[in-house]
Amino acid sequence: MDQPALPISKRDLLTLIGRTAGASAMYMAMTSLGHAQESPFKRPVRLQGDPGGASVLILGAGVAGMTAALELSRVGYKVQVLEFNDRVGGRSWTLKGGDTYTELGGATQHCTFENGGYINPGPWRIPWNHFGLMHYCNELGVPLETFQQTNTNAYVHSTKAFGGKPQRYRHIQADLYGYVGELLAKSVKKGALTDSVTAEDSAILLDALKSWGALDKDYRYVKGAASSGRRGWEKMPGGGLSAEPVPSDPLDLSTVLQSGLWRSIGGNLTFDHQYAIFQPVGGMEQVAKGFERAVGHLVRLNSKVTAIHQDETGVTVDYLDTKSGDRLKAQADWCICTIPLSILSQIPLNVGPELDAAIHAVPYLPGLKVGLEFKRRFWEQDDYIYGGITATDLPIGSISYPSYKYGDRGSGVLLGAYANGAYAYELTSLPPEERVKRALDWGSQIHPQYRDEFVSGVAVGWHRVPWTQGCFGIWTEESRAAHYRNLCQIDGRFMVAGEHASYVGGWQEGGITSALDVIGRLHQRVLAS
Amino acid sequence: MKLQTLSLAAAAMLAAGAITSAASAQLSGEPVTAAQMSPQTIKPGDADGAFVTGAKFSEPDGEKLFRRVCAGCHMPDARGVSTGAGFYPALATNRKLASSGYPVYVVLKGMNGMPAVGAMMSDQQVADVVNYVRSHFGNRYRDAVKAEEVKALRGS
Repeated sequence: MDQPALPISKRDLLTLIGRTAGASAMYMAMTSLGHAQESPFKRPVRLQGDPGGASVLILGAGVAGMTAALELSRVGYKVQVLEFNDRVGGRSWTLKGGDTYTELGGATQHCTFENGGYINPGPWRIPWNHFGLMHYCNELGVPLETFQQTNTNAYVHSTKAFGGKPQRYRHIQADLYGYVGELLAKSVKKGALTDSVTAEDSAILLDALKSWGALDKDYRYVKGAASSGRRGWEKMPGGGLSAEPVPSDPLDLSTVLQSGLWRSIGGNLTFDHQYAIFQPVGGMEQVAKGFERAVGHLVRLNSKVTAIHQDETGVTVDYLDTKSGDRLKAQADWCICTIPLSILSQIPLNVGPELDAAIHAVPYLPGLKVGLEFKRRFWEQDDYIYGGITATDLPIGSISYPSYKYGDRGSGVLLGAYANGAYAYELTSLPPEERVKRALDWGSQIHPQYRDEFVSGVAVGWHRVPWTQGCFGIWTEESRAAHYRNLCQIDGRFMVAGEHASYVGGWQEGGITSALDVIGRLHQRVLAS
Repeated sequence: MKLQTLSLAAAAMLAAGAITSAASAQLSGEPVTAAQMSPQTIKPGDADGAFVTGAKFSEPDGEKLFRRVCAGCHMPDARGVSTGAGFYPALATNRKLASSGYPVYVVLKGMNGMPAVGAMMSDQQVADVVNYVRSHFGNRYRDAVKAEEVKALRGS
């Protein structure tokens, strides 16, 4: 790549961007200049300059609030964090044996998972390209392990195809790619693409299609070594006298297309789901615990914010100690609020009309997860599925097998539902034990072992979660155009951070990068004042 | 979309497409209702008409829509809840329901964190669920919303 003629060095440029545009901009610029990926990634931000004793009150001890607390306290701000729950982390949350969860309406679930099993009701994956979160996991000592996003031996399932019999992901993917490759090769050979592809490139394209689609020497996708090398064999190659492999029969193109099962492939190809993708060892709450080790001493738990008021000199927050019932006040020069907009929109707050409109403009997604414990890991022992995700058009949406403790002979916990859309509402309206029962009924269509092996389950419907009233903020093109920039502006002495103030909605990275962005801009103001 | 209440579930099922006997096996053990009296090849959902498709609500009347959609947040007794960091308002004995246009608007457009659930309902379903709530839970408003009124508001 030709280097543009920079009048200043790359490092000087980054420093300049960092000073003028804030930390998040510097971090983004580092990435686009190839700096962050090429060199060992140290840290996304180091604020510089003495804030002169300025104080910041942070509302919410999720990853956004704790990122802000960590970086601001490092550079000398006086920081206090108020948190509604009796734990830090917010949606960075794990349900494991011994945990208790009470949802809105009062239903209490006691999680009895054994043998180290858990589910993450909220975020459950950390893609390699979520640099902020990866950085803090590294810095805060949160061990990661690989999350199996794509498992080609897991199932794709439709109640409307193959008589409801689940299909192996590898069969659908190999056959789709194979037939698409064959059809394109035919078009190239017929000269149908001469408008778009030169003669020289046509020859290369044929080679590429053969490689991509596992085509034979005649550019056909047919039963044989090439196709079975992708989709798997009828009888696998082995050793000795019984060694000879038997290739498998590809499905026909129409069957693949009509099944709709190809719909499950695209999601795994997206940047957020590409390998390498990780999970914290022991559950997503380990991210929260990592931050807690660093800034837990700044957090006041069981503190329910009831009003936020700012004037020219600072911010006052009224809050209720939910244990003692005491009504208290906290004051600071500045306030960074990471409370989900679903809650914040219900709290009295004096801000300008633009920010006020933005706070009231973001609905929260329904979503529901079910964790199921079984006596044994039959998905491994019977179905040879080691981690990964089965996709289905049943209301459960998907089944995700644990990406840890492979081969364990004891009980195992899988994610038995990740429901969305109308299904999420309809499941949330049921009592938790009924949600679990439904997830069992549906899942047993894919894994008949469910019936005999079930031990226990938990179910979290996000609209019943007391501190979020929904899964995460839903933005549309229209609402973003109208409100996003207004939401992210500092309004007097008050500012918002969280996944809702990001383009990485629903991911922890959105919360972290929004926090880094806003503290960079806050710090500029403080230094300038 | 102008669909009569009774045909809603069936129409939604048609939209969802035909399915196999294996899928309808999920219903074994559940009571059969009118909403399920459709051809065997159609995915019938549960006793409330729930779980037919993820793209929209298929509950065939106001009571079932309330029970399977609204009650998720506003609670089965419609009294809301305020034990968390925020609250879900009570729909029971709610004076804001006096003008039918207001609840229709909220169902269609959403409100704060509440999604526009009416986007996944037909005009008739929105009318049905609003009429149900306005005539139950201590609400005694006698004027009923018509699907045409919902349609007009939806387009505004």
